Amino acid sequence: MVRKSLNILLVIGMVISFYSCSKNKIEPIPPPEPVPQPTGVGTPAVLFVPQVFLQSINPPIIPANNPQTVEGIALGRKLFYDPILSGDGTQACADCHAPEFSFTDSNQFSTGITMLQGNRNSMAIFNAAWNWNGQFFWDGRANSLEEQALGPVVNPIEMNNTWPAAMASLQADGLYPSMFNDAFGTTVIDSNLVAMAIAQFERTLVSANSRFDRFLLGQLALTPQELSGFNIFNDGNLGGGDCFHCHGSAANPLWTDNDFHNNGLDATFTDNGLGAITGNPNDNGKFKTPSLRNLAYTAPYMHDGRFATLDEVLDHYSQGVVMSPTIDALMQHAGTGGTQMSPSTKADLKAFLLSLSDPDFITNPAFQDPNP
Amino acid sequence: MKLITKSLLGIFLLGTLFTSCSKDEGCTDPAANNFDVEALKDDGSCTYDKLPEEVHEESHITFNFMHHFDGIPVTAANFNQFNFVTANGDTISITKLRYLVSDMRLYTTSGDSVMMNGYNLVDLTNGTGLSYEAGESDLGAFAGIGFNFGFDTTDNAGNYLDLNSANWNWPVMIGAGYHNMQFEGKYKFNGADSLYAYHNGTASNMGAHEQNHISVRLPGIALNEHNVVVTIEMNIAEWFRNPNTWDLNANHSNLMMNYGAQKMMQANGYNVFSLGAVSQRK
Ligand code: HEC
Ligand code: HEC
Repeated sequence: MVRKSLNILLVIGMVISFYSCSKNKIEPIPPPEPVPQPTGVGTPAVLFVPQVFLQSINPPIIPANNPQTVEGIALGRKLFYDPILSGDGTQACADCHAPEFSFTDSNQFSTGITMLQGNRNSMAIFNAAWNWNGQFFWDGRANSLEEQALGPVVNPIEMNNTWPAAMASLQADGLYPSMFNDAFGTTVIDSNLVAMAIAQFERTLVSANSRFDRFLLGQLALTPQELSGFNIFNDGNLGGGDCFHCHGSAANPLWTDNDFHNNGLDATFTDNGLGAITGNPNDNGKFKTPSLRNLAYTAPYMHDGRFATLDEVLDHYSQGVVMSPTIDALMQHAGTGGTQMSPSTKADLKAFLLSLSDPDFITNPAFQDPNP
Repeated sequence: MKLITKSLLGIFLLGTLFTSCSKDEGCTDPAANNFDVEALKDDGSCTYDKLPEEVHEESHITFNFMHHFDGIPVTAANFNQFNFVTANGDTISITKLRYLVSDMRLYTTSGDSVMMNGYNLVDLTNGTGLSYEAGESDLGAFAGIGFNFGFDTTDNAGNYLDLNSANWNWPVMIGAGYHNMQFEGKYKFNGADSLYAYHNGTASNMGAHEQNHISVRLPGIALNEHNVVVTIEMNIAEWFRNPNTWDLNANHSNLMMNYGAQKMMQANGYNVFSLGAVSQRK
């Protein structure tokens, strides 16, 4: 854009200089000095937008100050899998965000390098460029993927490092300085560049090839049970599921509304979630709606990993919903403790939920550990 | 970096201007009557026609959406408080309010209408869509302002990426398309908090789907100036009043699947909107 307007300016400038001169005195205009290009800013990489997203939702959000580049993505991928960022060189992001679990882990609470455990379940990472409000973590406390990536390295219950130490390790490494140069045009490594590279890699983690996606593209037929489950998902009646207000639809195949709700897990809160960040008591007990994609790989469930199986999740929505001051009005059957689904209704709903899982995503070679 | 290249270029351009030209003096303003293409230095000789005053023949119209409950202003700031009493005597709070308006239009005195295209999702909860630039219209007196609350049947069959992204869809089995409104909160019942989700959209009766948008018509205005801001007011209390006194304990949740409730909402909705302040400036 800027380049374009400069060119236009140049042309206008030339025209004016020609016009303003007498014919016999036209002197050749020297060609403009070549504009020096900064070295190593990377090769632009276009983020792949799958057809199911293209046809129904807004384009992905990529911050103007951190465009995707081939070199930036490669660097971010290496960093994501490299324990070099942790205090004792033993833990990588991927330890708690592993591809086989759709970039979360299988523990209720992840354990950091000092054996400390948090009180939150690790979160799956995919389709992060379509998180419209840009808020990350269960409580939304990070305002971008870049900001998020700065956290774990220095979090005492995660990688327990300091940024000066992490940067010194990277700076002393045989490969990283030149990779940073290729990606960002500098061999001087700092925490922001680390976060930018990791965020670029995370944005490439696009999941859109589940059975249901292919059904939406007309490429396969769902089973009668899966179809029945989809109707239950959309059925607001007592006995139905009534899930769609928060968890997307065929027209919003992110399977989340990217918003925060209290879905009736507890009458009183040990973890205030969003409320602890906003300071607004009306937000207490609200957590980010997780996507229903890839549930086959992301157990256990909820912000505190309290449910080991999908059956337990469905039992919650069916019979276990409890009132609290901030419960969402979209939990329309909270008054009866849930939507009262029959066993066969739950079985169908579960079959539908599992049709949203994307086996290609977890085995995509471009997302695996690049380190030898 | 970009700044530097820009200013380098600027200097370079100025340089060419100065060095490549003769020293002739004359009028150098291309907009002047006596612009001299060969003049390098302006000698103050430029002459101009008298500049006509800028005249606009059309108005640029912005709609602002304001909300009150029988006169008590409602914004996200007084959500979550039991501030409001409905016609039925239910004390309520509001936790969410968003609704769709489409096909904003002006009715001419001859009975025609001037359409301003598009749609706008008013979201009180997040404070978005409260002001909407609807487009241009010729100056003059108009007999009425109109819009659809929700989409009409044709528009409701469209595919809107931004509304899909806002999770605004209405389930396929009860008519598909989009919500007209999501209005939620709590009401007191026997002293305890109960939830209501007053959602409005296509009315569905045993598989038969019936359009359920509201064609709103408000008094006319005269468009006199280039910039006109029209305030549309929603009296939220009307959703519970006229002609159907709304008993929240009978109708609080799961209303989307409830044909009768949907039609009662539509009937009450005709009294919800009114024309507020209109401001005009050049
Ligand atoms: C010790 C385990 C652990 C490690 C190591 C770890 N994470 Fe996490 N991650 C978590 C947990 C737990 C959460 C949820 C925390 C919360 O919400 O408070 C989380 C949340 C996230 C999220 C938010 C996802 C969303 O949708 O909001 C992202 C992105 C993420 N981590 C990326 C990373 C990156 C990048 C690294 C390495 C720099 C990393 N994590 C290291 C456990 C870990
Ligand atoms: C009011 C909004 C809302 C409704 C309605 C709702 N959910 Fe949720 N769902 C959430 C939120 C918020 C969470 C995370 C809550 C937490 O961890 O505290 C969640 C979590 C989940 C999870 C766990 C996912 C994970 O990765 O941990 C599953 C599975 C799930 N919901 C399925 C459903 C199903 C099935 C229905 C319908 C029967 C449903 N939800 C209805 C908001 C909702």
